[in-house]
This record gives sequence, C-alpha cells and structure tokens, in this order.
Amino acid sequence: MKTVVLALVAAATAAAAAEIAPEDRRSGYEFAAPETRAMQDDDTANPGILGVLQGETLWTTKVGAADRSCADCHGDARLSMKGVAARYPAFDPALGRPVDLEQRINRCRTEHQGAEPLTWESADLLALSAFVAFQSRGLPIALRSTAELRPFLDQGSELFHRREGQLNLSCSQCHDDNWGKRLAGSVIPQGHPTGYPVYRLEWQSLGSLQRRLRNCMIGVRAEPFEYGAPEAVALELYLMGRASGMTLETPAVRP
Amino acid sequence: MDVGPQSASPTRRLILLAAAGFGLTSLAAPADATSAAMEEAIRALVGEAAINRGKVKLELPPIVENGNTVPLTVSVESPMTETDHVASIHIFNEKNPQPYVAAFHLGPRAGRAAVSARIRLADSQRVTAIARLGDGSFWSDSADVIVTLAACAEG
Amino acid sequence: MARVLINLPARAKRGEVIEIKTLIAHPMETGYRVGPTGTAIPRDIINRFVCTYNDAEVFRAELFPAIAANPFIAFFTVATESGELAFSWTDDHVETQTEVRQITVE
Repeated sequence: MKTVVLALVAAATAAAAAEIAPEDRRSGYEFAAPETRAMQDDDTANPGILGVLQGETLWTTKVGAADRSCADCHGDARLSMKGVAARYPAFDPALGRPVDLEQRINRCRTEHQGAEPLTWESADLLALSAFVAFQSRGLPIALRSTAELRPFLDQGSELFHRREGQLNLSCSQCHDDNWGKRLAGSVIPQGHPTGYPVYRLEWQSLGSLQRRLRNCMIGVRAEPFEYGAPEAVALELYLMGRASGMTLETPAVRP
Repeated sequence: MDVGPQSASPTRRLILLAAAGFGLTSLAAPADATSAAMEEAIRALVGEAAINRGKVKLELPPIVENGNTVPLTVSVESPMTETDHVASIHIFNEKNPQPYVAAFHLGPRAGRAAVSARIRLADSQRVTAIARLGDGSFWSDSADVIVTLAACAEG
Repeated sequence: MARVLINLPARAKRGEVIEIKTLIAHPMETGYRVGPTGTAIPRDIINRFVCTYNDAEVFRAELFPAIAANPFIAFFTVATESGELAFSWTDDHVETQTEVRQITVE
C-alpha cells in the first residue's frame, strides 16, 4: 500500500499535472467498494431514489404566486428533462454566465412560478435536481460547446489546477496525478461528477456537487466557495467538461 | 469521528489521517470497557443458557468504506417450520456507544431466516449476531469489521 | 409523511417464500452527535418496524441508533393468501407511519 504522504510530497515537487487520457477515465463508481456499488445498482434499495421520488411529487406540486407546477410548463419530465442534466451547467444569456442545475431550478421558481428560491442543500432542491438529473441517467455527459462558455471553462480549469489551502494542494494533484492511490483509507477517485446529486454515505443524505467541492476544499484547509459563487459554477462546468462522454449515474452512491 | 490536532503541519496531518484511516485505534478508549457492555447485553438476552456456535451466518464487509452505512445480512439455517424455526435474531456491537443494534422477530411465517439492514459502526470492531430458536436454544456468529473514514469530510 | 420505498412481488404462488425490501427516509439522529452550539442533538430515531399480513404480524424489528439513516430492512415471508401487507414504522415520538401493499397469491 503506497504511503500517500510520500506520493503527495513527490507530486508537490513534480512537473505540471497531466490530464487523464480519455480512455483512462473512470467513474467514482469503479473506485467504490462492492457493497457501495450494490447499493447504487438496486433501485429498490438506493437511498438516493427516495430523493428522486420526492422530486417526482414536487414536479407536479403547484407553488408560488403563479400557482404553477414544473409540470404545467414542462409536462412529462421523462420527455422534457431527458438530456438536460447531461448538459448542465449551461450558459444563461440573461445573466451572461453559466448556471448549474440547482440555479436553473431556482430561476424557474422565482421567474415563472413566483415562488421563493429553494435554499442550497435543502431537501426539496436536492429532490428536484435529483429527479431532473435522473431523467438523464444512462446518457453521456455532453456540455454544449459554445464560444460563450469558453472563458468560464478556462476559469474552471485554472481553479482546478491551482494550489490552495493550508495543505497547498490543487484538485489536479489528487485527482489527475494520484487517482487510484489511497488517502486515509479511501481510494482517491478521478473526481468526475457522474452521479450528482449523490447519496454520500458520509452525509447520510443526498448532496450537491457544490457541497462535495466544499468538502474537498475544507479537506485541504482552504476557504470553501460560497454556495452559488461564480467560481463554484465555473469549477462545476470544468469538471463536467472533463467528464465529457461519461455516463450519468444519478443518483449515485459514494462513500 | 474527529481525528488529529488542529495545528499540525500538513505532512503530519496527512500521516495522522492515514493512520486513523487504516484502523489503528491507539487514540481510542480501551476495548475492555465496551466489550463488557456487549457481553452484559448478550447475557441479559441469553441468561444462563449456552450460546452455541453454528447455524448463524453474519455477513459484513471486512473493510468498510464508511462506518455510517454498513450493509449487514444475517441468516440462520432453519426449515422454519412450526416445530423448528428461528424466533428472533439479535445484533450486538462492541465499540459503539450502545451495544444494541437491532432485534428482528421472525417465526414460521418468515419462510427463510434471513434479514438485511444497514448499520452504523463507530470504529473497527466486532459485531455479534445471536439467534433464538423456537426451542429456546441460542446460536451465534461474529464478524470483525475494519472501519475507515471518508477522506475530505466537512468537519 | 416520510418517503418510503417498498419492494415486493405483486403476485406469488401459494407457499412461495418472497423477499420484501423496505426503505424509509429518516435521519435516525443518534443522540450522540454534537451540534454547532456544543450540545448534543437529541436522539430521534425510528425504533420499531412491523409487517403484518392480513393483520397477522409476520415480522417485527426493534431498531437502535446503530441502524443507519434512511433505514433499509429486507426480510422474507411466506405467500400464504391474497390480501394486504401493511408496513408500520414507529418513531421516538410514538408516531407511526403505515403503508399498505396488495398481493395476489394463486
């Protein structure tokens, strides 16, 4: 078993991080223990499915001053939402920047339903994003490659490769250079957001990609991004681009 | 489970995290204290009766990715008839704050004496399953589990 | 009403042993976690689960804080006759949630 300390110290002094070759990319699913994978594979026993079911109910619930449900505009989610989560974060022309799925849901709430936005990591927001993302399960991740997204992808890449925190580590050093090796008893995955919102055993609940990124940043003792910060969305965008072509697994189960 | 001092240098912190993750419990309380609690809880169930080894199979992963959710399956060889069946299965643990995990009550209508659940384990430890048969006899099986921490948690 | 997932066959042969899987959304607060103020968050768990088959109890579980959040319980029962299976979860506030499912046994 390789000692992670030596590996990371070596990486800290090594040359620039190398990106993972497309054929070497593996979902976090492949790094999880057999029993964790079994939990994900069984729709009758995957705790994340509870969130999807909750989202299904919310989809048809009328809310807000407009007294409208998601279904009133979008109809059957199985048709209208198919492929959507696979191409988020997406560029929002009105805002002039990308928004992630949770932000898009909240924009619908405030602008079309006349309702208050749902709080980050609230059960309802997670349930709705889980339900929407579930409609893209099995589809390949495919961001729209538009010129408008380019500067934000670059920003995300810069964030992914820059060192941060008291431990002075970049995302890339663990997830590009040392994936497959162990950190504190867990195997380091490649960091692809293939199953969000994910049921993380550590959280004992569903959680968003932003929450997971905050955990990583706290892990290297950096100040985590605020929920919804442009940097957070840029990083999400970069990660989804990096995972381009990989299959969406929402709701995934991870340790 | 909190590990490591707050002001350690990065390298030392990583070593401590790695050490804790590999299940080295030198920082934990002595095993005796809570093993005794498990023994006592088992005695309270079983009384003076003998606990036989056999018939019961307790399945737990030997190394667990996250102690918050550990899949457990316990099964007992039994025809599950009126005269020969499993009445109940009791799960105990050694190092959680409490020795009890669950008690499952079956009977001949179960058809098969097998139950699956997901449990929490606070630390690497022994888990014990005790089955009470319809005839009042007790049978048991144990499993030792190594519990690792998630890397990059919130706290 | 907590979200519930129950999985069992809709039909079975008489005498067949069927597997039932249940999952309910619940944090199963152990009572040992310390909150942001430094005081322990009070225990709040589902402590009892019962399955009845046409009103006869066929399975019962007593649960403790060591049961993981969103409790998953899978067990077996003999398909004896057509009718109703009822699943009840009771929590520390002595509130019970019950879900029913039909089964056809031929």
